[in-house]
Amino acid sequence: MPAALDAVAALKGRWAGVTERASLDHPAVNVPASDLLGVLAALRDEHGYDLLADVTGVDWTPGPRPRFTVVYHLFSTTSHDYVRVAADCADDASPEMPTATGLWRGADWHEREVFDMFGIRFPGHPDLRRILMWDEYPHFPLRKDFPLAGIETALPDAQVVAETKTGAIAAPMMGGPFVAREGGINMSDAEPRAKDESWSERRPKPDA
Amino acid sequence: MVTSNTELAYNSKIEGEVIVSRADAVINWIRSNSMWPMPMGLACCAIELMAAGASRFDIARFGAEVMRFSPKQADVMIVAGTVTYKMSSAVRRIYDQMADPKWVIAMGACASTGGMYRSYAVLQGVDRILPVDVYVSGCPPRPEALLDALIKLQDKVKREPSASKLLSA
Ligand code: SF4
Repeated sequence: MPAALDAVAALKGRWAGVTERASLDHPAVNVPASDLLGVLAALRDEHGYDLLADVTGVDWTPGPRPRFTVVYHLFSTTSHDYVRVAADCADDASPEMPTATGLWRGADWHEREVFDMFGIRFPGHPDLRRILMWDEYPHFPLRKDFPLAGIETALPDAQVVAETKTGAIAAPMMGGPFVAREGGINMSDAEPRAKDESWSERRPKPDA
Repeated sequence: MVTSNTELAYNSKIEGEVIVSRADAVINWIRSNSMWPMPMGLACCAIELMAAGASRFDIARFGAEVMRFSPKQADVMIVAGTVTYKMSSAVRRIYDQMADPKWVIAMGACASTGGMYRSYAVLQGVDRILPVDVYVSGCPPRPEALLDALIKLQDKVKREPSASKLLSA
């Protein structure tokens, strides 16, 4: 994908803070937050990366500081390849990143989702509300300190809560999550049914 | 006693245009054969609900083809899909707006227990906010399973003491 590599070289020549980022697939760059909008605009207007395919976040806990990174995937509808742009949020306690809604209107909902899941704010965003969880929800579910099972929380509608006496509960995984990790669990042992039955494909069925 | 009457149905000449029955039987007969669903289609199960409404499975055979999107005209809420906490208040409010008598079918693993979504965002079974009459297993249940649930619900309705409930209300 020469177009993307050319673009990366051009960006590195123009902004001293832009560095190449390790990547297994598409060319990628690390960008300081202050240069982010300039870099995105240059990629869009000078290198043909005209489609903002995705905006997401990363919480590096307990890894390196700064804790939060915002990642942008740009696609070129002419050369049909991607380039990835990552920018760290300076402040761990109240992470912020300039909004890309001025460049792509479509960044609006992407950034709302990043705000909803990671609590990263986008100053200048026209309507930065939660998009998946309800407005009053107090947590940011994709942060690493948020337990997979969830946290007990009151539901938004007070009348319904009074009527049903229920709320969002922590739902433990009962032996899960059932994902195969390298050197990890054996799926047929981990599956809930396997716990109730005396046999699985690794333990032969006992004689009746 | 041997009779010469070969009529199997109501004969107005013999019976004088009068039918004697129990109030419960009449009320429950009417109720159970015109259960209008409130299609609470929230996720993939709703596709099977639609299939149940279409020609191959044809829920009209059981008098429940009139899907009403106004809760005021609905008798049975079919919760077909994943109920998120964010949606749960709306589900409860729509249930509250349905006129009595009303029933609930929890269709599929998600509506019955939260299904595979043991997560911070999904209500762990719609019975936490609604009284459920029939649960349907499956992910998704086949349309026949939903029809079976409807028939089970009709049987349940036919055993209800409707007349005494109405009089005491
Ligand atoms: S039970 Fe399965 S098919 Fe039905 S809504 Fe849940 S995930 Fe979808």
